[in-house]
Amino acid sequence: MRALLTTNAELVITIVKIALLLFIVLTVNAYLTWFERKVVAHIQSRWGPHRVGPHGLLQPLADGLKFLFKEDPTPAGVDKFVYFLAPLLALALALTSIAIIPFGPDPIRLFGHDIYLGIAPLNLNIGILALFAITALGVYGVALAGWSSNSKYPLLGGLRSSAQMISYELALTMSVVGVLLMAGSFNLRDIINAQARHPERGILGWNIWPQILGFFCFFTAAVAETNRVPFDLPEAESELVAGFHTEYASFKFAMFFIAEYTSMITVSCLCTIMFFGGWLSPFPASWTVTHYLPSVILIPFGLWVIMDGVRYETIFGRLVLPAMGTAITALGLVLIVFPQVNAFIQAPFWLLSKILTFLFVYVWMRGTLPRFRYDQLMAFGWKLLLPLSIVNVILTSFVILAKMQWGGQ
Amino acid sequence: MGWAMTAPLVVFFGLAALAVIGAVSLILQKHPIHSALSLIVVMVALAGLYLLMGAEFVAAVQIIVYGGAIMVLFVFVIMLLNAGVEEHTSLSKMAGPPGLLLVLALAGFIAATVARSGASVQAATQTGALSSTKGISEMVFKDFVYPFELTSFLVLVAILGATVLAHREKS
Repeated sequence: MRALLTTNAELVITIVKIALLLFIVLTVNAYLTWFERKVVAHIQSRWGPHRVGPHGLLQPLADGLKFLFKEDPTPAGVDKFVYFLAPLLALALALTSIAIIPFGPDPIRLFGHDIYLGIAPLNLNIGILALFAITALGVYGVALAGWSSNSKYPLLGGLRSSAQMISYELALTMSVVGVLLMAGSFNLRDIINAQARHPERGILGWNIWPQILGFFCFFTAAVAETNRVPFDLPEAESELVAGFHTEYASFKFAMFFIAEYTSMITVSCLCTIMFFGGWLSPFPASWTVTHYLPSVILIPFGLWVIMDGVRYETIFGRLVLPAMGTAITALGLVLIVFPQVNAFIQAPFWLLSKILTFLFVYVWMRGTLPRFRYDQLMAFGWKLLLPLSIVNVILTSFVILAKMQWGGQ
Repeated sequence: MGWAMTAPLVVFFGLAALAVIGAVSLILQKHPIHSALSLIVVMVALAGLYLLMGAEFVAAVQIIVYGGAIMVLFVFVIMLLNAGVEEHTSLSKMAGPPGLLLVLALAGFIAATVARSGASVQAATQTGALSSTKGISEMVFKDFVYPFELTSFLVLVAILGATVLAHREKS
């Protein structure tokens, strides 16, 4: 057993990493639903979920159990194989795409092995292309679900949705070409490192400034690609009941749901990595004071949770919330006491805060924007986004060429 | 040289079996959507084989273009036309025996070629210039730039033709 472990160390590490990441992503997914419901509720002057657990924190668990125990009818006349395949495909592809994302630059040294954060190998030179390949296959989950249900609304929803995803995939792919040209690589790690070429510039060195047009196209196309508001036509409930997943119930519906939320996370990761410097700090590298920022945020937040917890209505909340607050405060203190841990945590801290910001923007848009009409959606994708992203590619290549000619770089 | 089942070899046989099963299933399936799905399996298995040979870029493009774009259009059209189970006419049934003969002939030809070359058949592990994106772009945009541009011109003409044919003037 021991010999097997040492000879196949890489394999064992990868399997453990996959299991861990899967667990984290699914948990984050569950709490993303809570986060979304809370934020949308507050945008609409409501409280959102607050009955199950303190501040509704156990709501995702209750939802999950509900999904598991609901009756799971298979409608008559469905194409059985494809009907079962579609949610599996959607979920599997959404989860696979997370594997490409790197979560930190430095390895952790454990049992004599350098363990990097993220599953994909360091020299995955097709990084972003692999992601696009997975996204390209993602259309099948939606299209096949709509077709196999043998029902009108899902078919219309599936058709709309696949047309939308195909149309926006073009703009999505074209919009990152500018970033690729600037980095000279498909590798996501190289793309982040290219934004750190001038460590003293901090936030000004990120791709968002030269590539603001590309970012606009990318984010819009990505929101459309994940079928979220304002591009959630496939599931426009007033027109199509629930679109492609109308005929799915119970856990098969949950699989589509998890797939959608996972792709939201992937898109947020990509936005962060391509345009917002990934795990780079927005401050110049010489400002070491900012290394205490995680603690400065965590400790007051933890104290606030304790304060809020002791005054909470239910006894359960009065027990759980202060415990959580203490844990958060303790984490903040640990970061101050152990500078090594603090230094290691910087990159993941910035990456995660940026991802969280993008997830908030997603929810924010859902709370505030109305839905596009179908023809508007198509016109927007083909007549505005695609030409804009092509212009962006041409402009970027000209600037790079000019710099090579006259800039002496 | 003995046959050691190394990890790449195991992956190769797995992917090759997947591709063959997908291809056979493509022909045997009765419903067009199932056939299209089988073809996607073949495409993805081929991409895996390219990846195994170190041609990362080709593998990714294989999935994006064939697995994604082209097959999505196939599935899309089948869905739109709501094509049913395929019908067997007397002519299509007649195509069976000659087809089988052709398959056997092709298989025999390939087997004969491999047997004649014998030990000189080398395992294709690294595909040289094709393995890196840089190598491919240098080939396409430097060495073969004129054929490449001509091909893209041809594609452009085909796209324009398709648009003209599909777009009927409303009179």
